[in-house]
Amino acid sequence: MRKLAVVLGLLALACGSSPASSAPPTIDVFAAASLTDAFKALGSSFHGANVRFNFAGTPTLLTQIEQGAQADVFASADTTNMDRLRADGFAVGDPKVFAHNQLEIVVAAGNPKGITFLSDLAKPGVLYISAGPTVPAGKYAAQALAKAGVTVHPRSLETDVKSVIAKIELGEADAGIVYTTDVRAAGTKVTGVPIPDADNVVATYPIVEVKGAKNSAAAAAFITFVLSAEGKAKLATFGFQ
Amino acid sequence: MRREKAPLWIGLLAALGAAFFIIPLIGLVVRTPWGIAARSLTSADTLEALKLSLIASLSSTALALVLGVPLAWVYARVDFPGRSVVRALTTLPMVLPPVVGGIALLLAFGRRGLLGSWLAMVGVSLPFTTAGVVLAETFVAMPFLVLTVEAGLRSMDRRYEDAARTLGARRWTVFTRVTLPLIAPSILAGSVLCWARALGEFGATITFAGNFPGVTQTMPLAVYLLLETNPEGSFVLSLILLVVSLLVLVGLRDRWLGLGAA
Repeated sequence: MRKLAVVLGLLALACGSSPASSAPPTIDVFAAASLTDAFKALGSSFHGANVRFNFAGTPTLLTQIEQGAQADVFASADTTNMDRLRADGFAVGDPKVFAHNQLEIVVAAGNPKGITFLSDLAKPGVLYISAGPTVPAGKYAAQALAKAGVTVHPRSLETDVKSVIAKIELGEADAGIVYTTDVRAAGTKVTGVPIPDADNVVATYPIVEVKGAKNSAAAAAFITFVLSAEGKAKLATFGFQ
Repeated sequence: MRREKAPLWIGLLAALGAAFFIIPLIGLVVRTPWGIAARSLTSADTLEALKLSLIASLSSTALALVLGVPLAWVYARVDFPGRSVVRALTTLPMVLPPVVGGIALLLAFGRRGLLGSWLAMVGVSLPFTTAGVVLAETFVAMPFLVLTVEAGLRSMDRRYEDAARTLGARRWTVFTRVTLPLIAPSILAGSVLCWARALGEFGATITFAGNFPGVTQTMPLAVYLLLETNPEGSFVLSLILLVVSLLVLVGLRDRWLGLGAA
């Protein structure tokens, strides 16, 4: 019986009913994969709460929230997925747009395949990959290709934009279309090829508090911080507009 | 077996343990929209994923048989230095996170990999191809076949082989006419286990082979991605995989448990 008491005691400890204390609250921010570096920086300069991040492809995050994951803030890389969150009744108030982004072709460092235009992606011998059609980056890439009148079949539909960059860095694929901010974040390991404005697509990033947030006040404060001049300036250093 | 009554606490915890496995399965069955099940099953995307999964998992089982049975034979019969180390390394994928296996495969067979860069010179590229899927599935699933066949070889009665040799049979003849038929049940059990594991492979596949419908998007990948766009559809596909796994388990029940004791 004593052993059982020990086991139950450990269980109680593991369940951790934390008593009220003066420690700062913790919020869970679900953010699009393309926001990884920028939001980590924002999180460390935000003092209203400890911010824990969950970065993934936007539709993955949406599914997690729909299936009951505990989230306080949702930052999407497009309005379509944000609209779905609202339609499902998981948004508190109206989402606010906090950043814009543009697309760029990403190729191996030094551009060994000599890619200059979107149409080069369709050349034989160029292994092009994209994010999946439900991932904002994949959808935007398809739009840019359509605008340029280029037909190219991706060899893989990755689950988020960072996987596209990773496969290019590893040399497994020759080219992809990602956000300019991703190319910047990858540094010298890849090279970016600009896409002309006429073919480019502007990505819109909305942010909202998630219904059932365990710390509504801190979630709202974090959103205010992201939208503040300081937040915008920080985002700008990562290439967001 | 001597039967006894379970003490209250053991009984309760055991019931909790069993419920932990059973409740998710019930959840899947209850939440599957049977009305659209037939439609989801016969949709072009599902059929494509199903077809690819069957082709890839059967190919990897065939590959595992060709390479795995000889490997099992060597492990069971030949004493060579470092045998236990090699054996441990080749069974590692059973406990290795599959995504780690996928990364390792990229570093070996990717375009810039150890062997992949040589393959690239002759124009062979494995990532993003169905061959890549087969490779990833074989990597993860073959150890199940090797271990099962090795157990069969160790527990078989070797006097039959001795008798055949005394009667003048060559070693190859002994292997094909005596050994193989004797361990056929183990080979079958190992193949089914290997096939089931290959069918369910996810991590190594998406990491090494990527994801494209009809080429590298197998059932588990389709299930995972469908959850984001059409949850009901993913429930239906999950149920199919569940039924297949259940059939494998029921079919293997006696044989598997018998081998487990070997």
